[in-house]
Amino acid sequence: MADTLTTPGLDRRSFLQISALAGGGLVIGHFVPDVLAQGPQGPGGPNAASLAPNVYITIHPDNTFTIIAKNPETGQGIRTTLPQIIADEFDVDWAQVKVQQADLDPKFGGQTEGGSRAIPSNYRNMRVVGAGGRLLMVNAAAAQWNVPASELTTGGGAVTHTPTGRKATYASLSARAAALPVPDQAAAEAALKDPKNFKIIGQRIRGVDNLAIVTGKPSFSIDVAPPGMLQAVFVKCPVFGGKVASANVDEVKKLPGVKHVFIVEPAGQGNNSLASGVAIVADNWWIANDARTTLKVTWDEGAVATQSSVGYATQASDLASRSADTAPPPGGRGGAAIGDVQAAFKTAAKVVEAEYMFPLLSHAPLEPQNSTAHFKDGRIEVWSPSQTPSTQHPALGAGIPRENVTMHLVRAGGGFGRRLVSEYDIEVSRIARLVTEERAAAGLPSVPVKLLWTREDDMAHDQYRPSGYHYFKAGLDGAGKLVAYRDFVASTASVIPSNEFPRGFCEHVTISSAAVSPFDVPTGALRAPPTNGVSFVKQGFIDEVATAAGQDPLQYRIDLLNAPAGGGPQGGFNPVRARGVLEAVRDMSDWARRGQLPKGTGKGVAFQFAHAGYVAYVVELAVDANKAISIKRVWCAVDIGRQIVNPSVSENLVNGAFVEAMSHIMNWEITIDKGRVVQQNFPQYQPTRMAQVPKEITVKFLTTDFDPTGLGEPALPPAVPAITNAMFAATGVRIRSLPLAKHGYRWA
Amino acid sequence: MTYSIVVNGETRRVDVPERMPLLWVLRDSLGLKGTKFGCGVAQCGACTVLIDGQPTRSCITPISAVGAKKVATIESLPSDGTHPLQKAWMELDVPQCGYCQAGQLMAASALLAKTPNPNDEQIDAAMSGNLCRCGTYNRIRAAIKSAATNGRRG
Repeated sequence: MADTLTTPGLDRRSFLQISALAGGGLVIGHFVPDVLAQGPQGPGGPNAASLAPNVYITIHPDNTFTIIAKNPETGQGIRTTLPQIIADEFDVDWAQVKVQQADLDPKFGGQTEGGSRAIPSNYRNMRVVGAGGRLLMVNAAAAQWNVPASELTTGGGAVTHTPTGRKATYASLSARAAALPVPDQAAAEAALKDPKNFKIIGQRIRGVDNLAIVTGKPSFSIDVAPPGMLQAVFVKCPVFGGKVASANVDEVKKLPGVKHVFIVEPAGQGNNSLASGVAIVADNWWIANDARTTLKVTWDEGAVATQSSVGYATQASDLASRSADTAPPPGGRGGAAIGDVQAAFKTAAKVVEAEYMFPLLSHAPLEPQNSTAHFKDGRIEVWSPSQTPSTQHPALGAGIPRENVTMHLVRAGGGFGRRLVSEYDIEVSRIARLVTEERAAAGLPSVPVKLLWTREDDMAHDQYRPSGYHYFKAGLDGAGKLVAYRDFVASTASVIPSNEFPRGFCEHVTISSAAVSPFDVPTGALRAPPTNGVSFVKQGFIDEVATAAGQDPLQYRIDLLNAPAGGGPQGGFNPVRARGVLEAVRDMSDWARRGQLPKGTGKGVAFQFAHAGYVAYVVELAVDANKAISIKRVWCAVDIGRQIVNPSVSENLVNGAFVEAMSHIMNWEITIDKGRVVQQNFPQYQPTRMAQVPKEITVKFLTTDFDPTGLGEPALPPAVPAITNAMFAATGVRIRSLPLAKHGYRWA
Repeated sequence: MTYSIVVNGETRRVDVPERMPLLWVLRDSLGLKGTKFGCGVAQCGACTVLIDGQPTRSCITPISAVGAKKVATIESLPSDGTHPLQKAWMELDVPQCGYCQAGQLMAASALLAKTPNPNDEQIDAAMSGNLCRCGTYNRIRAAIKSAATNGRRG
């Protein structure tokens, strides 16, 4: 993506804009170049409108400050961490700051949560926003006292002239600042703090919504309740792509409390589209949902009704036996062909082969999908929990131009990638329009409508983490060194891991695939795509290779990383940083003495490069005779660059990532039968519970001289193979498919 | 049907179907949005309230079963966040998304009322019905212990 600073026509002098507030305050507006789109899933790249001045800081007459949080908050802490960055460079005390969530507006640039991109995309921008504001205050004080700016210092929202001891608050300088020429981008960049002087960046600032959360204040999308609101459910075909043939709409309409019932026609394509279904709208949600017991729909289930997980697995196995060694050269889905793998297998001293599989997963954020919309006079106002809020979704649903959409970003009860897709915004917008039209026909004014899915709706209509079927083969030389490596993927919408380690550290490599077809399950990004599954298979198989070589699996990885081969690492992978986290976790976990652990107890290791971060785990666990697993200790080393913005948020994210990995490993699997999802609710899809979690997860953040990157995602993927590799160390049983519950395991 | 129920010390009258779960009466009839909907089948604990002090899944408790018993929701805790559990939750920065935390706090308050100084096993047993999809369990456990200590001091 282009840096918008270089966009022709941008007037650098207007980088900062200021305007006086009645009563003595000041609003500081900024151009914030939208440096990067936020990851592969999201929109949010630069556009012409993002060059409009962005209002991030408001100085109030009482010398308190409102700072804008621009991105959606789904639990990753960004509503706290981005304002922290501005506040530090602006040089105010955090106690003086109130944080305000931005609505969706092109003037803020990208407002997307995804790909762990919020910090790398915004860290420098937010610093420049704060530094520009601070420089403006310094210039105002210099003018007021007629002293050189170089004699002035700032802190606590005030400027001090040390030689004379004079001090002025930012608020008191506002009127003068409003009359000054504003600093340009280069001046603001030059005014950035030396990081050793950070006071708020790097601190354990508590979540800005903590008080609202612990007091039960309406904070979440599901809590939005504008006056007069009706509530809706939307009943879709359990088979993907199925359509309503007919429904007893008139009978359901007669139920007490039910206001509107209508068949919704499908619109659009892909994940962000409107499915065929029946909407039931009532005075309150329970009545709308209860009416489903009266609703009778005849579905046209369509072609997907013939598909099943059993069929996909059979096809995958057939594809592998036919073409694992002869698959065509990599095509559009990625792949690699380096050296001569088949020849290298023939001359290898030892060959290792293994089949790995991981299942479809549902995201299951605790707040079921919902959205609220009010359609009135050809315009729509939407309160959305989306990670990728976009006016295009309500516009599609309501059938109106995008400019007629207003969107508010509301805190969401978890995202994990589920809310990268916003079909609930499309659905509620269509329903809200139809409700307004039916009411208008009856002479009634428009009202807002909330759409809320049940947990069962959520599990049946997700965009699932794709399953993966990997067929590995490795060739070792006489010294145990990896010399040939094959990964054949029978693809169920799988991402083919073309660049993954050990590619780049092995002379002969092929990574190829063939498609399981038809495969029509909707798929999408789940936290840390694609390595949330790929790390399990890759880091599991390399552990097998190390074992076959008779070597320490941690040192085996380091030895490979130390010897690039076959064209070297790809995709931005830095082996020095990967080695760094492995060495750190080795030292933290007393890895060398793992041989002294009691029988049935073992330590396993894994590392992963994901979303620009490097993470390694060592897990110590015990497996008893009844296959009950207890995780004893966990050590985690993380390298996400030179600055952790908020250690409290970061430690919480690593803990959460490990706990989520435990869900992936033990119980989570979505299976398809007759084109529909078998699992319905948490009883068939149990997340990790408190008693199962290790009492301590020790996290170490390495400080390396690289730009800071995000942590929502990188800490999840390697937790999975670190656990399964520890199970091998404890029992000698290699885990090659998930979830473990299918193999009779459980948490102790 | 008209029902008279006692919620957070106040008698409230509602006119709702007898099968309507307490969760939806609280959220949609009384406007108390702190109690959350997560699964509807008593598996996740997001809807936990206290009924006569007992942690109860309000999503499967029909309004007709409440009678004269006293219902306490997250809104019964001080609105300035000064309850020892609220203070510990904020101090230890427990929430990630925060959606489950009202239910966690109600379960924790019932635990401390009965067991003022719980050990890990007692905490695990009392809290195992409350899911945290974000995985904040270790901070929840630490916050309960911290609140227990501070509650004794207070």
